[in-house]
Amino acid sequence: MSPKYVGQRISRTEDPRLLTGQALFVDDVNIPGMLHAAFLRSDYAHARLNSIDVSAARSRPGVIAVYTAQDMGDAWQHGPPLVIPPPTIQNMVFHTRTQVPLVKDKVRLIGEPLAVVIAESRYIAEDALEDIIADLQPLEAVGDLERALRPGAPLVHEELGSNLAAHFFQEKGNYKSARQQADLVIQKRILIDRGIAAAMENRGIVAHWDPKSQRLTLWDTTQSPIPIRNGLAGMFGLAEHQVRVIAPFVGGGFGPKIMMFYAEEMVLTWATLQIGRPIKWIEDRRENFYATTQERGQVHDAEMALTSDGRILGVRDSFLHDTGAYDPYGLTIPLNTQCHVLGPYDVPNYYAETTVVFTNRMIATPVRGAGRPQGVFVVERLLDLAARKLDMDRVEIRKRNLLPPDVFPYNNQIIDQAFAPLVLDSGNYLPLLEQAATRIGYQPFIREEQPRLRAEGKHVGIGVVMFIETTGVGPYEGARVTVEASGRISVATGVGTQGQGHFTSFAQIVADQLGVNIRDVELVTGDTAEFHWGTGTFASRGAVVAANAIHAAARAVRGKILRLASKVLEAPEEELELADGQVRVADMPEKSISLGKLAVLANPLRGAVQPGTEPGLEATDYFGPQYGATAAGAHAMILEVDPETMMVEIKRYVAVEDCGTVLNPLILDGQVHGGVALGIGNSYYEKLVFDDNGQLLNASLADYLIAAATEVPRIEVGHGYTLSPLNPLGTKGAGEAGTLPVPALFAQALEDALADHRLEVVEMPLSPNRLFELLQAAQESASGR
Amino acid sequence: MKPSSFKYLAPGTIEEALAIMAAHGYEAKALAGGQSLIPMMNFRLAQPAVMVDLNNLPELAYIRPEQGGGLRMGAMTRQSAIEHSAIILERAPMLHATMPNIAYSQIRNRGTLGGSIAHADPSAELPAVSVALDGRFRIRSHRKERWVPANAFFVGLFTTVLEPDELLVEVELPPMPRRCGWAFTEVARRHHDFALVGAAAAVTVDARGACEQTRLVLFSVGDGPVEAHQAAKMLAGQPPTLEAIRAAAETAARDDVDPGTDINATAEFRRHLVRVLSGRVLTQAFGRAHAQNSSFPA
Amino acid sequence: MDDRHRVTVTVNGAQFQQTVEPRLLLSDFLRHDLGLTGTHVGCEHGVCGACTVLFDGQPVRSCLMFAVQADGHEITTVEGLGTMDQLHPLQEAFRDAHGLQCGFCTPGILLTLIPFLEDNPNPSELEIREAISGNLCRCTGYQHIVDAVQLAAQRTSA
Repeated sequence: MSPKYVGQRISRTEDPRLLTGQALFVDDVNIPGMLHAAFLRSDYAHARLNSIDVSAARSRPGVIAVYTAQDMGDAWQHGPPLVIPPPTIQNMVFHTRTQVPLVKDKVRLIGEPLAVVIAESRYIAEDALEDIIADLQPLEAVGDLERALRPGAPLVHEELGSNLAAHFFQEKGNYKSARQQADLVIQKRILIDRGIAAAMENRGIVAHWDPKSQRLTLWDTTQSPIPIRNGLAGMFGLAEHQVRVIAPFVGGGFGPKIMMFYAEEMVLTWATLQIGRPIKWIEDRRENFYATTQERGQVHDAEMALTSDGRILGVRDSFLHDTGAYDPYGLTIPLNTQCHVLGPYDVPNYYAETTVVFTNRMIATPVRGAGRPQGVFVVERLLDLAARKLDMDRVEIRKRNLLPPDVFPYNNQIIDQAFAPLVLDSGNYLPLLEQAATRIGYQPFIREEQPRLRAEGKHVGIGVVMFIETTGVGPYEGARVTVEASGRISVATGVGTQGQGHFTSFAQIVADQLGVNIRDVELVTGDTAEFHWGTGTFASRGAVVAANAIHAAARAVRGKILRLASKVLEAPEEELELADGQVRVADMPEKSISLGKLAVLANPLRGAVQPGTEPGLEATDYFGPQYGATAAGAHAMILEVDPETMMVEIKRYVAVEDCGTVLNPLILDGQVHGGVALGIGNSYYEKLVFDDNGQLLNASLADYLIAAATEVPRIEVGHGYTLSPLNPLGTKGAGEAGTLPVPALFAQALEDALADHRLEVVEMPLSPNRLFELLQAAQESASGR
Repeated sequence: MKPSSFKYLAPGTIEEALAIMAAHGYEAKALAGGQSLIPMMNFRLAQPAVMVDLNNLPELAYIRPEQGGGLRMGAMTRQSAIEHSAIILERAPMLHATMPNIAYSQIRNRGTLGGSIAHADPSAELPAVSVALDGRFRIRSHRKERWVPANAFFVGLFTTVLEPDELLVEVELPPMPRRCGWAFTEVARRHHDFALVGAAAAVTVDARGACEQTRLVLFSVGDGPVEAHQAAKMLAGQPPTLEAIRAAAETAARDDVDPGTDINATAEFRRHLVRVLSGRVLTQAFGRAHAQNSSFPA
Repeated sequence: MDDRHRVTVTVNGAQFQQTVEPRLLLSDFLRHDLGLTGTHVGCEHGVCGACTVLFDGQPVRSCLMFAVQADGHEITTVEGLGTMDQLHPLQEAFRDAHGLQCGFCTPGILLTLIPFLEDNPNPSELEIREAISGNLCRCTGYQHIVDAVQLAAQRTSA
């Protein structure tokens, strides 16, 4: 059967709703009698809460209730750990500390919620926040990772005696002895700072406990509706079937919307259980800077040992990772970092050591990339600096170290974020690198164009980098596929959608299996009343794990269709074909039956269903990969910088991606473009700025800079295709890939553009101001000062 | 992010507006385009008790050419109207060129000329350009009317000479002098952000091509628009050679500004940008002045 | 403070009369008082552009206006463009070129572009990027949005 839809540039079935303003987002939910919540948040990053007086707020007209931690009584509890640390790493230290619904005694991060006001409108609720008197005694705050570990540093969790949240190492081969054989060792301190995901839709919740039906419904901008349902049920003593969590259309996720439980999820659920009326809380943009998780802060001491001909003998990377005030997400991010330092390269010896640090900052959980961009940045920078020392071409040094295509599956001998061995399932890296270099015109640029432009006084630079992305981790997803009497196909799966086009790409798979028009496949995602097994949309896993579950369920239904049709049409199954919503006997078009009629026959009103068979044309199936599928890519860019104003313009951008089977190239290209745009932000625009007291100084979109259309160049996308052997579709994830290499690439191209200034970039993100400082410093050191 | 309550008044005539301003004094806040004020209200950084909405005063929205080549613009003229005005392009090309740098088109559709000037944001373009163009402002209260030159209007951070009962009602720009040139530029992190540093220059040259008058205005480097007087003095009577301009730019950076540090730029970087941008706008402005008379040596 | 004002507003051709508190933002009025939830709110400080609507034909931020100021004016929201069955040509081009992912910023972008394309039916890529530079999108990297605008322009001129 050759696919009609899979692999095609199909426009999306969900778009008409979104384009006409008819798609339901959480803030669009409007229930009669609905109340509105606003949270009082700490202005200090670290403070003792002595007392809190909410009496004036309670008496404001229009205020229904004001709650503090005290009011929650026994319902006040820490959130559960979302990801436990891997059990298989030896000698690991890990201190679990998870977030609280409302601060009881001590504020540990800036913006931590102190109280909630429930009122007739959000306007009144915000008025009432100003009535609350919180007696906070500020404490010295800690944000700097190295300072946090020094004796005498302020403690985020006093009882631990230090700010150490976790410590562990992984080793492959023996780096120490490899280093002794090295001709060259590059040693660098590398810094990566914090940013945010900044989905255009902030978070939001509508929680509705209906006392009459004894049911709780929660509309939530979550990437993981099923774990939220199960967790809330457990937390509040409800049966799982009493709780329905709906993640309707979600206006972008990018990671932080996976987090559970946010304080607001716990508090709103508890509050609606008290009041028995629906309550809405919509995070505003300022809150998004204080109440939604963030990522990226790491300090690396990294070194690479090489031979004189540019071959990597080993890498050592010891880094600090900022987890913020709590660590509910375990070690996912630093494990990803450790894995991605190895990249697509043959690194025979590797020592990776991670120290996770508590700070008075928002909790760190994955933001598109999830620790991987840091790893990519470290290894790519070390390679570039080595190439410079060895006077070797930047593409050439990569070529010399790429894993050859015949080594897969390739075991890197450490474990990944899913606690599975880091096995690269498949890949062919050299063609990706060559394609990127060819498309950007690497050789002609450095030979002809760049010298010519430099002679004109222009500062232009080129970069080419590589990366891998571990994607599509388990444990599993599931799906149910049903042929309805109308002949339409309904598909339900647990993963929600935040813009990835699941309604379309998943429908393509089903339409191909069942021989129907894609417009006749209707998908429901993110509603636990429709499907309640699964984990969520994260880690670039939708197209791998959920898509293969849907594929399996669709195949099972196809089997049922063929069996029944074979009886009805009195023809052997092998002679049947599914097309145009019909089952027909090949070469005998008059012998056919529509899927709708067949569905009716499978669900009779009279007669008996045979023992051992099931009614209907429906199947539920699951897919859980053995381990993750590894995508890879090479990106290249040309940029120009004005070394007087520090303004940078990216002139060209090429992204070559290998994510296995492509379900829908149109959607894939869009994923890559969006990923690159975030990567550009991570390179030169987006950075959270804190002062010494832990105050956030740029908590608005006027001050935290997201790249606009004028900052993002046209991106040329190329492909490689090595199919994953780990799943029937051969897919690998693509959601995060675009983001990973951009800071490393930007750094390389910028150094190249400013070669005459001998610029060295070992930190991200940069900014015009920071670039100015680096150039000043380079000039001073060149002039021997 | 919802604003706190206020009393809303929407006068239908300027006299009515002035009477309300007089009655409410410091409590009242004039609402022009609201594109700076309403964000501050949504953050609850501003909580005015009384809002006096000037948007029902069409008599304050106009662009009027004056005899002799000058211009008068009503304070409630939308920034987009200025951006798309042929008469502005002809008579105040620097103002025209400045407009696209102000925030985004949607903001300019609502934001007003007078609102931006009266708000006196030290990073804003219109205060600086109005100084560079030697504009003056008509200010009215129920008591009196007065004219204030642009370079005497801005007195501090977000502070002007406006009394609580006064409204800025009109901006006047003089005709462009003979043999004049102008240039405007700014460095912003993204294309439409507030400037890290901006520079506006309006110059005239004498019949021999030497510098006659230089008005170099820098912004985002102090409490308001900063005139580079020392730099201007250096150039007076001199042929604007590259060296002379470079020296003037150096002086502007060293002596004329005292910039501060914020999250986007240190004082040192700002000073550096003042040097770079001053050089660029002066070069371009003198270039334009010379181009008006092709008999000047290139 | 009990200061309420009666406003008469024409939205998508239909007239609405409502009583509002002066501080009610126009974005909240459209979404919650009129139920036109296609207008999205992303920042409430005028930067993201998601809440852009046409106010007397011109794109403005509905989060930076009070509903009371709309008295006597005409507003177009995304609900006033095409319908699910009959998309506006620009909406169609957005679908065909994959000019949206999560779709949250899309209504504001559409409304920004409608008058832009009327004034400039054959824009260059640079002009398009400039036109939407006041609308943040976190999903698409803007490229397919640019493609969609070019496609719409092509189809209109064809």
